Amino acid sequence: MTAQRTLFEKIWDTHLVAQPGGRSPIIYIDLHLVHEVTSPQVFEGLRVAGRKVRQPLRTVATVDHNVPTEPRGTPITDVIAARQIAALQANCREFGVRLFDMDSPEQGIVHVIGPELGLTQPGMTIVCGDSHTSTHGAFGALAFGIGTSEVEHVLATQCLAQQTPKTMKIDVRGRLADGVTAKDLALGIIGQIGTDGATGHVIEYAGEAVRALSMEGRMTLCNMSIEAGARAGMVAPDETTFAYVKGKRFAPRDAEWESAVNYWRSLPTDPGASFDKVVDIDATQLCPFVTWGTNPGMVAPVTGRVPEVASLKEADRRATELALQYMGLEPGKRIEDIDVDRVFIGSCTNSRIEDLRAAARVAKGRHVSPKVRAMVVPGSQSVKRAAEAEGLHKIFLEAGFEWRESGCSMCLGMNPDILQPGERCASTSNRNFEGRQGRGGRTHLVSPMMAAAAAIAGHFTDIRNWKFQ
Amino acid sequence: MNPFRIHRGRVAPLDRVNVDTDQIIPKQFLKRIERTGFGEFVFYDWRFSADGKKSSDFILDEPRYQGASILVAGRNFGCGSSREHAVWALADFGFRAVISSSFADIFANNSTKNGFLTVQLGEMEVAELMRRAREMDDYNVTIDLEQCAVRDDAGFRATFPIDEFVRHCLLNGLDDIGLTLQHEEEIAAYEARHPAIEQTSDLRPRTSDLGPQTSDLRPKTSPTAEV
Repeated sequence: MTAQRTLFEKIWDTHLVAQPGGRSPIIYIDLHLVHEVTSPQVFEGLRVAGRKVRQPLRTVATVDHNVPTEPRGTPITDVIAARQIAALQANCREFGVRLFDMDSPEQGIVHVIGPELGLTQPGMTIVCGDSHTSTHGAFGALAFGIGTSEVEHVLATQCLAQQTPKTMKIDVRGRLADGVTAKDLALGIIGQIGTDGATGHVIEYAGEAVRALSMEGRMTLCNMSIEAGARAGMVAPDETTFAYVKGKRFAPRDAEWESAVNYWRSLPTDPGASFDKVVDIDATQLCPFVTWGTNPGMVAPVTGRVPEVASLKEADRRATELALQYMGLEPGKRIEDIDVDRVFIGSCTNSRIEDLRAAARVAKGRHVSPKVRAMVVPGSQSVKRAAEAEGLHKIFLEAGFEWRESGCSMCLGMNPDILQPGERCASTSNRNFEGRQGRGGRTHLVSPMMAAAAAIAGHFTDIRNWKFQ
Repeated sequence: MNPFRIHRGRVAPLDRVNVDTDQIIPKQFLKRIERTGFGEFVFYDWRFSADGKKSSDFILDEPRYQGASILVAGRNFGCGSSREHAVWALADFGFRAVISSSFADIFANNSTKNGFLTVQLGEMEVAELMRRAREMDDYNVTIDLEQCAVRDDAGFRATFPIDEFVRHCLLNGLDDIGLTLQHEEEIAAYEARHPAIEQTSDLRPRTSDLGPQTSDLRPKTSPTAEV
């Protein structure tokens, strides 16, 4: 007798290697993505213990967090960043791990290149020493971020000992309106369930609005799962998924493609399978969102206002007061009255070709406000080439946006792209934590269209009221 | 890994919710390639002004909390980035444990790999510890992992839940890579049943992906430069 199982349970069961009594289950990891920041200590650990990388062919590395987004020939002036990048290069050579290096035509943010190379496939287990690994769940893979010790564990064993997570279904009924994107859906969900609303759970996003999303949209949605505290986020694979994966460099081919698709069709959650928790979201009630505080759950509709502190419960009041103090905002201020100094379009959340198309549609024939500095950072070299082939870079440049090389960039400011103290930024990234984009910098999370519109208007503005050429 | 059995130490209260790992160890310190030396940078932006001078008002720098080894903080501690550097920084600063009503998953996982304990108590219990740490001089508690209990000298008693395997590893300071490798036969059997990706697709490295690349695009600075 087989019980009705969820997408997560099917993948989990398939990857169980051992269930030692009294211990956490050991699961097999199909794909391990590695970047320069969370790996140097790991290779040193392997060296000290005399261990090798068990499955170099299931391990893929790139450089993204530290890389400057200046033209690639420019020397790296940050000595420590250069040392970390050099360490990854040396480690990959020593341990036989494939590296998409700075000069590779396929370099990019690790969560952008995995899918576009076809490394990310439905039904896989995927880990990376980066919390936004949840992105890959968009393909119906079980993908989650791990710390450095677990990176070492996976390199040495290709396995992880993991406590079994709980399951949560987020059922998104109805359709998103024009101008309301996957990013707004993600922010709307986090605003509703909170930044720890899904702690300990793997989310499966389901419902009409999720099915209607492109792969890029699903990646944006799954990417933000960690901001709700989730272990992972997933979307069941369907024709949209298969069409995206087909023909990618590492995707199965010919007869293997047919058998892979047959397997992938068996993955979606069985009717009647149960979840530990279910959350219902009405897509038709969602609108473009803007965060006003210092975590992604502090969010308001663009037509709304910064909250009145007096109306809040004691526990929330203190956190809100601290956030508003940091953000330099008055309670009750209209969101559309908030001016911005900087705009960042990029990050593993929103730097794919569809995101750039959406932003370019807004920018076309318009100009960035003279008081705003705006930059567009494609997620990968491949996205950059695709955008340039479509002429998007010309639209951005003519509108006064900077057009840069690929990398994580100002999402976390490990490279020279940072906010100055007090600067206010409309950002398509994923975290508005204090100092995330630069010490004293003030981040407001928005969709790519909303970011482009803020760049042009000089303040937040409701994209639903805009007319396009 | 150092075992954690029973620890008694001074308590420092950090009365904030959603303390994220960007706050615990800001990004500019993530470029080190060692596991050590992060302690002086813990909560950097809260403890130091932009020009690197110590700002006096952060709670950990108050004289009465010097030498604290137990941090008590608001819910959802350690949310955000997966950076294990957050645990390294707290441990290197001198902490052995954090007490909160909830922890982000990755932070809690990372802690267990470093002999660092995340103690989950009820919200009221955390609030009470926070109050005692603020109001009582040299406030100490004992965290007893053998009994899964927290107690002080003034009548506070609470127990906390913890995964039995995690507890076992912490009590004995076990390296879990070694434990997993005890299952070599099962791992090999799994790999035999599930052929590696390169056998079903073109995952073999192309020559252009491996080995020395064109030198003119490498970082120009010396890889051995001092931090």
